[in-house]
Formats: sequence, C-alpha cells, structure tokens
Amino acid sequence: MTRATLVRASLRRRLRRTILTVLGLGIALFLFVTLRTFLHTLQTVGDVGSESRLIVSNKLGIVFPLPMAYRARLASQEGVHTVGYASWFGGIYQDPRNFFANFAVDENYLTLYPEIVTSDEHRAAFMADRTGALAGVRLMERFGWTVGQTITLQGTIYPGEYQFTIRGVYHAGRRGFDESSMLFHHRYLDEIMRAHMGGEGFVGWYVLGVSDPDRAPQIAQAIDAAYENSASPTRSQTEKAFNLAFVGMYGNIGFFLNAIGMAVVFAILMVSANTMAMSARERFGEIAVLKTLGFTDGAVLRLVVAESLVITGLGLALGLGGAVLLFNLAEFDFGGFVPGLTVKPGIALMAIAIALLIAAVSAAVPAWQSARLKVVDALRYVA
Amino acid sequence: MKIPVIYNIRSLLRRPATSLATALGVAFVVLTFIGMLALANGFRSALVSTGRHDNVIVLRKGADAEISSGITRESAAIIRSMPGIARLADGRPMVTADVYVVVSKPRVDGSETHMPVRGVGPEAFSVRDAVRIVEGRAFEPGRAEVILGRGLVGRMANTRIGDKLRFGQQDFTVVGHFEADGSAFESEVWGDAETLMPVFRGPVYQTVALRLEDPTSFDAFKARLEGDPRLQVQVKREADFYAEQSSFLGALLNVIAYVVTSVMAVGAVFGAINTMDAMIAGRTREIALLQTLGFQRRSIMASFLLEAVFLALAGGVLGCLLSLPINGIRTSTTNWQSFGELAFAFRITPGILLQGLIFAAVMGFIGGLLPARRAAKMVVAAGLRRE
Repeated sequence: MTRATLVRASLRRRLRRTILTVLGLGIALFLFVTLRTFLHTLQTVGDVGSESRLIVSNKLGIVFPLPMAYRARLASQEGVHTVGYASWFGGIYQDPRNFFANFAVDENYLTLYPEIVTSDEHRAAFMADRTGALAGVRLMERFGWTVGQTITLQGTIYPGEYQFTIRGVYHAGRRGFDESSMLFHHRYLDEIMRAHMGGEGFVGWYVLGVSDPDRAPQIAQAIDAAYENSASPTRSQTEKAFNLAFVGMYGNIGFFLNAIGMAVVFAILMVSANTMAMSARERFGEIAVLKTLGFTDGAVLRLVVAESLVITGLGLALGLGGAVLLFNLAEFDFGGFVPGLTVKPGIALMAIAIALLIAAVSAAVPAWQSARLKVVDALRYVA
Repeated sequence: MKIPVIYNIRSLLRRPATSLATALGVAFVVLTFIGMLALANGFRSALVSTGRHDNVIVLRKGADAEISSGITRESAAIIRSMPGIARLADGRPMVTADVYVVVSKPRVDGSETHMPVRGVGPEAFSVRDAVRIVEGRAFEPGRAEVILGRGLVGRMANTRIGDKLRFGQQDFTVVGHFEADGSAFESEVWGDAETLMPVFRGPVYQTVALRLEDPTSFDAFKARLEGDPRLQVQVKREADFYAEQSSFLGALLNVIAYVVTSVMAVGAVFGAINTMDAMIAGRTREIALLQTLGFQRRSIMASFLLEAVFLALAGGVLGCLLSLPINGIRTSTTNWQSFGELAFAFRITPGILLQGLIFAAVMGFIGGLLPARRAAKMVVAAGLRRE
C-alpha cells in the first residue's frame, strides 16, 4: 500500500466533510481574490489614463468651467499637437437610477482618443448629424438601444428635454477603457447653453495631445503659470494623474473594504482549519495503528501534511481558478461597473501563500499531537 | 418527550476548542455583516439627518443636486415674498438663499477631494438651527471669513482656526468651527453668500431654503411656487431632498454588504455542517442511548438542530460584541450625487445587531439541518455496536 493510497482513503473516509471543507476554502479564497482584485483595479484606474494626454481643468475644481477662449492659447503651446475639449452634460435617461456618463465633445476628441474604436460608417454618420451621439457598446446593451434610434435625455444642469440620435457604437480599443458612456457634439451643447442662460463660450475641460510625454510636466507647468492670475486659473495634469485624483475621492472606503475582506478570509479559514484539525483528531485510533505497524513519526507527519495539502490545494484551485476564469478569461466586470478586472500575479501569489498557511496550521495540531501520542492512550481515546 | 436543553449546552462545553472555533467563524461573518451595514447606515443617516421636515428647499427645475441647480436673484426675491413662510420675532422671513459649490482641496493624507462650500444668508442659522458654533465665532458678512463643519476639521488641510483657505484669487480666514448633529452640514464650509458669490459662479444662487409657518401647508406651498410662471423651480421637503442624495452610494454599500456576507455565509454554513457532523459522529453511542431511553426521533432531531442554532447564536452574540468598537469610527468619502466630500461615522443600531443575530441563527439552522436529520435517522443497534 502506497502513501498516496492512504491519503486518498482518509480523504474518502468522510467524503461529505472533505467536499464541504474544500468548498468552504474555495469560497474564502475566491472572495479574497475578488475583493483584492476589485480594490486593485480601482486603485490602478490611473493606468488606463494616458501619459501623453494632458487634462486642463479649472483650478477650483472640475465642476467649474473654463473659457472657450483658452483654446487658441493652448493650441499655440509648444509641444501640444492637438487640443480637444469636452463638457459634462449630466442628462438623465428616463429615471435618475439609470445613471451613465454623457458628455459633449468637440471634433478633435475622437482623434485624441484612439481607444474609442468605431467603424468608419458610424464615425461619418456621427460627424454628419448635429444631434447625433456615439454610445459605448455596454450602454447600448444596457438599454437595448439600436443605431438610428432617437433617445431623450432630461437635463439636470440645463433644464429641459433633449433629443439625441444614436449614430454609432464604440468599443474600447484597450482593456479597462470605459464602454458605457455617451458622447455628443459640443456644438449642440453650445446651442443648448445659448438658449438657456447665455452661458455659451465655456467648456468643462480641455484635453491636450502631447508629442513627447516626457515633457508633459513642463508643458503643464507653463500652461498653469500663464493662467495663474486670470479669472479662471487652470490645473493641468496628465490623464493618469487626473484619473488617480478621482480614485482619491473615495477616501479610505477602500481601506475598510480591505479590512472587511481580511475578516472574511480569517473567518472561513478558521472554520476550515478547525474542520481539518478535527478530522485528524478523530483518527487517533488509526494513527496509533499506523504507529504500531511501524510508521515513524515522520511518516505519520507526512501523511497528515499531505492530506491537508490536498484539501487546501483543491480549495485553492477552486477559489483562485474560479476567479481567474471569471475575470481574466470570461472578462466579467459587474455589468460594466468596474471594467478591466484582472487577477494580478501578486494577488494570486498572496492567495497561494494563504492556502499554504492554512495547510500548515491545520496540519500542525494533529501532527504535533500524534507525534507525542502514546499508542496505548490513543487506542483508548474516544473522539 | 423533549430532550432538556442543558444536554446540548453541556455537549458544546465538552468540546470547547471545536465549539469555539465554529462560533468564532460565525462571529466573524456576523462582525463583517454588521460592519458593512453600519458603514452604509452611517452614510445614509448623515444625509437623512441633514434636512428638517418643516424646511423646504427650492431648486431649479430638473436639477438633481444642489451643485447643478441655479436660482437667480430675482427668483430668490420672489420666493422670499411668498406667503406661508415662518417669520422671526422682528418680522424677517426665515429664508436663506445659498451659494453652493464644491472646491478641489487636499485631505490631510494628501489625496484630493471636493470640499463643499456654502455661502448663506443672514437667516441661515435660524433656518438650519442644528448648526451651532462650538469654537471661535461666526463669520462677519462682507469679510473674507468662513466657518468650518466639525467633519472637515483634522480631515482636510488648513482647517484650524486662523488658517487661510484659498478660493480662486482670494484667501478666506477660518474663524470658527461648527457642529450640526452629525449631519452633512458638518462636512461643509460656510461663509457669507454675497462675499462668496463673485469668487465662484457670479450672481446666481444655487438653492433657497426656508422654514414653513405650518408644516402641513407644504403641498399648497409647493403648488404655488411650481405653478408661478415667473419661476422655473421644483420644491422639496428639505428632509426628503437630502435623503435622496444618499440613495446611490447608500444602496451600493448595502448591496456590497449583502452580497459579500451571503457568500461568506455559505462558507460559514459549510463549516457549521462539518462541525455538527463531526460532533454527531463522535456521539453515535449517546444518540443510540437516547433512542433506547425512548426519546423520539423528532425530539432528537429538534435537539441537535437546537444545538446548532445555539452554537451559531453564541457566535452571533460574540460577533455583535466584537462589532461594538466599530461604532462611531469616523471616515469620509465623496458622495457622487452631491459631488462633495461627506464625513460620517459608522453607526450600529439595535436593528442592525438584531439582523446580525437572526443571520447567525439562520446559518446555524441551515448548518444543523442535515447533520440533525442524520442523527435522528440513526439505527439503534448500529449505534450501540460501534466501538
């Protein structure tokens, strides 16, 4: 009889318990990996931002506009090859709960964002229609929109109801790039502004294409210095820094979610380790028999360790494998809520380390006890 | 005949390590559950406590937040002259036309957020009477002075009395700190509306808040304002408006709490099944004995089920106790609906604790069901023959 047979036999001894322990471990590790990945993705959302694009916004905050007159000055800035601009619209589709990003962009915007991938026909149709809109593929799916359909958004910043015709669908040219926004023409927004408040001539933010990303900091500094004493001082930063600032707005909510994630893992690990230790304790009689048959302490230890390794290994395969399958391969992203979820090697390594730790902890108690076990006592022991 | 409960308690105490580990597993699930609900609840109640039921807030039609609203000076004057508004002793109506913006400022940890700044009229402190200066003094109209809510102090940079906050091209001196019963106002900077207006968006207010003379006259008051052809406004009870502002993030936090803890609960139930299974396996002879003594299968099943629920409840109580220190921990985040920073505290309520206990009992019940059934179905002879 080989050692493998012995391990297999003891795992089958209480099959239901083995299965439940493996499932419990799998769930714990899956949750751990999911929470870490979720947080990691939120924290690294900046990576989606390019370093060769500068975002110029009002120094007071993103909700304050900038004069459209800045455009010419920005275009003449050395090192800047393209200037685009955009403004938040904040329209509501049918119900405030249907929130999605919708904003007005100028004609250079699509050039600045090669990530926004759309077919030539769609692009041309969008460009040709004054009230046309370009919608992300996720957004189209979410509301069941079709190309050519006219939709009505209710303005929050600009009172009234506004009609848009979906002229095109875009896909993300890079993983993690948002696919659930709607873009429309800034000149349409200018009309809306003119009709409402005479507030025409302002934009939400500028996007600058920079030829040499290494020089982006100097360019940003030069722009901010030029407008420092104006009525609308600017704040220029790379798109990456801009995105990261948004993440910072969550504050330490991430820390709490992380703490919670650790509590989850700790809880289930404790239960699993207990179960595994328990089943080993139950078998004092068996171990005593093995020792009587001449198995050394080392051999018994290896048996106990092998058994716990098999259980945690299966749990790990289930939890980590499940997460990798779900996020990395099936690209599940909570319905577009957090695009680009990927289990990173670092997180996978942490999960493996935790699994090894559980295996060690749950094997330690029975191994130590069985090593000190007097055969006579053990045979008398009642679990 | 029923099996006495003391049998179950003694059984649990006979295996202290195993019982404790299982109870701890349940305790951590309950702890997480309570912690997450307390977070969602603290966030929501900060906003819910912000408005008064007899106060009314007037926004521009279509605006879904203060930040996207706009009320012209003329409109504000018309609203001020409406009948049905409560008056102070000297006859002035209890109305404040507010300037409301969010300004990008650093937290003390270096991350950046949007600090809400509210410019208020002279009657603001009577309309929002929860606001009390606790340190320093009120700002003086016409001077570049502001007061800060307690929630910002120590959380954002430059918030001590005497510090200067720069808005646009002007420095404002912090002259006081105020409290407002833990409401969202405590996360705001307050100053004089007329002084702040030119610094930010020019001659337009964002909202008008006022006290109704008779709270039951709300519907009539709302109809009058919304029907006035000179105004393009919507009228809401202040309490309802701020409660709505918490709907998105509040709901999101709740969903996260329920999803994460349900998944965890499945794991904990597996653990409970295992523990009960092992306990029952070790007590085969006891069970056979109980049967021989004449206890019915039904009683045996009930007894073991009770034991599982008992164990889980002990864990639940432990989880509740462990969660208590979380209560009152302060944190802050951006409320995306108002786009401003909101400081709030974890809030555990008796209701949340009760939910935690019920949750624990359910875990115990489900975990105990299969093992208890197995115990009840055991055949006497087989049980007595073992070992």
